Amino acid sequence: MKLTLKVWRQSKPDKVENGKLISGGGKMETYQVSDVSKDMSFLEMLDVLNEDLLRSGKEPIVFDHDCREGICGMCSMYINGQPHGPQQGTTTCQLHMRSFKDGDTIYIEPWRAKAFPVIKDLMVDRSAFDRIMQAGGYVSVNTGVTVDANEIPIAKSTADKAFDAATCIGCGACVAACKNASAMLFVSAKVSQLSMLPQGKTERKTRVENMVAQMDAEGFGACTNTGACSAECPKGISMEYIARMNREYYGAKLTSNNV
Amino acid sequence: MSASNPTISKKPNWFIQFFTSTIGRKLLVALTGLFLILFLAVHLIGNLQMILFDDGGKAFNEYAYFMGHNELIQIISVGNFFFIILHIIVSVVLTIYNRTARPTKYAYSKPSANSSFSSRNMIWLGSIVMIFLVLHLVNFWAKSKFGTVEQVTYDGKTMHNLYALVVFEFENPVIVGIYVVSMIGLSYHLLHGFQSVFQTLGINHVKYTPFIKTLGLIYSILVPLGFALIPILMYIKSLS
Ligand code: HEM
Ligand code: FES
Repeated sequence: MKLTLKVWRQSKPDKVENGKLISGGGKMETYQVSDVSKDMSFLEMLDVLNEDLLRSGKEPIVFDHDCREGICGMCSMYINGQPHGPQQGTTTCQLHMRSFKDGDTIYIEPWRAKAFPVIKDLMVDRSAFDRIMQAGGYVSVNTGVTVDANEIPIAKSTADKAFDAATCIGCGACVAACKNASAMLFVSAKVSQLSMLPQGKTERKTRVENMVAQMDAEGFGACTNTGACSAECPKGISMEYIARMNREYYGAKLTSNNV
Repeated sequence: MSASNPTISKKPNWFIQFFTSTIGRKLLVALTGLFLILFLAVHLIGNLQMILFDDGGKAFNEYAYFMGHNELIQIISVGNFFFIILHIIVSVVLTIYNRTARPTKYAYSKPSANSSFSSRNMIWLGSIVMIFLVLHLVNFWAKSKFGTVEQVTYDGKTMHNLYALVVFEFENPVIVGIYVVSMIGLSYHLLHGFQSVFQTLGINHVKYTPFIKTLGLIYSILVPLGFALIPILMYIKSLS
């Protein structure tokens, strides 16, 4: 099939100064691709376009990708007005060209958020997520002898819920989809995953306080419960986790020793 | 890439931290919104006396007299004004803040694929309600507090004939039209707002959420509909 692609091209990176994003400037460029097979993945289609561009001496389109099997969360792309494209529950790398029709025009843009500055073309800097994790997204374990994996009993239902939260791959689609560029679905998944399990309970109050404070410091917006995040999440993380984080946060602010 | 990684340098007091955090500010919107939801229900029940009883407004006037002279109600009424203003200020500030979180817009975006119309337009739906509120307060509240309203006496007790004022206002089809349109705005505001309150409060549970959503849907349709029926029926009555 033949497609028209409108792709965001940006050569200079965005900068963040005093909490303001200074755009590196860029524009939507139009490309024609032909000989696209329905069985190609979206990224393979872009690989084909990039080879064409290279052959004609032009700069290839820069985009993030790594595993190409839906587990690393690198392939951040806003396709036809939706993060990871039109198909729900999949990452861009798992999106296949059969989701499109011959002759379609496809818009491809980077995630747009103050906290995700564009590095080049479709590649954004998602290190804000790493800093939120560093602020509290861990469990402190003193080293010693290896403990038996089943020593602490965990109810199956709790383990399942924690695991559902842990399926978050940190791709940032929630931020990209949200009209407020809020990171609440990501942060709530991480907070819940740790605080629901016995090992993570010890640090739960300080964790949620610090992670939310870092989330706010990064410049992500506030949640207004539109549900766009959960609808676009490739792992289908539920809004329940945001409610859970709200509870965790109220409780922590009221009862923790951090004044 | 950003050279300056945002860090939390100086931490204010925990209480300030909470109410300036994104979650804390949203909690203020939710709590004031919940109060307004309760207020609307009470307000509607009181007002429905105007169309339910064909008594020349006696029941309504006596009710309004009671509401205007009971001390507890007076305190709640001051709270009500305060909460409306707080709701507006916090939600407007939060909306502006949320806009700054995405300085560069998408060239092509399809929000209808993942979220409801109401949830994306709360600020505009709220603005319709706000314009209505100003008009409504000027029309009735200011007149009954500061203006001259004709008096009526029931069983030796003299009071404002607010019913007559309402009858007079709703003879004007323009005012009736504005009321009806505003109630449509309120209905959409509540369609998202009602269930959203509970999510913000941290209540999202398999056992309760389906009930909350259904109740929210019923409330968001019935309450504005009730409010809209009053001017419509009174206008129709004024024609005959
Ligand atoms: C009687 C009148 C009103 C009622 C009953 C009401 C009710 C609510 C409720 C229940 C919420 C949801 C809170 C939450 O999500 O946690 C809400 C949110 C909101 N309201 Fe109101 N409201 C009223 C008037 C107004 C007015 C006058 C404005 C002024 C602009 C306004 C603007 C907003 C905004 C911007 C939000 C947040 C939107 C969001 O979370 O997406 N509201 N309101
Ligand atoms: S490339 Fe790893 S999730 Fe898409």
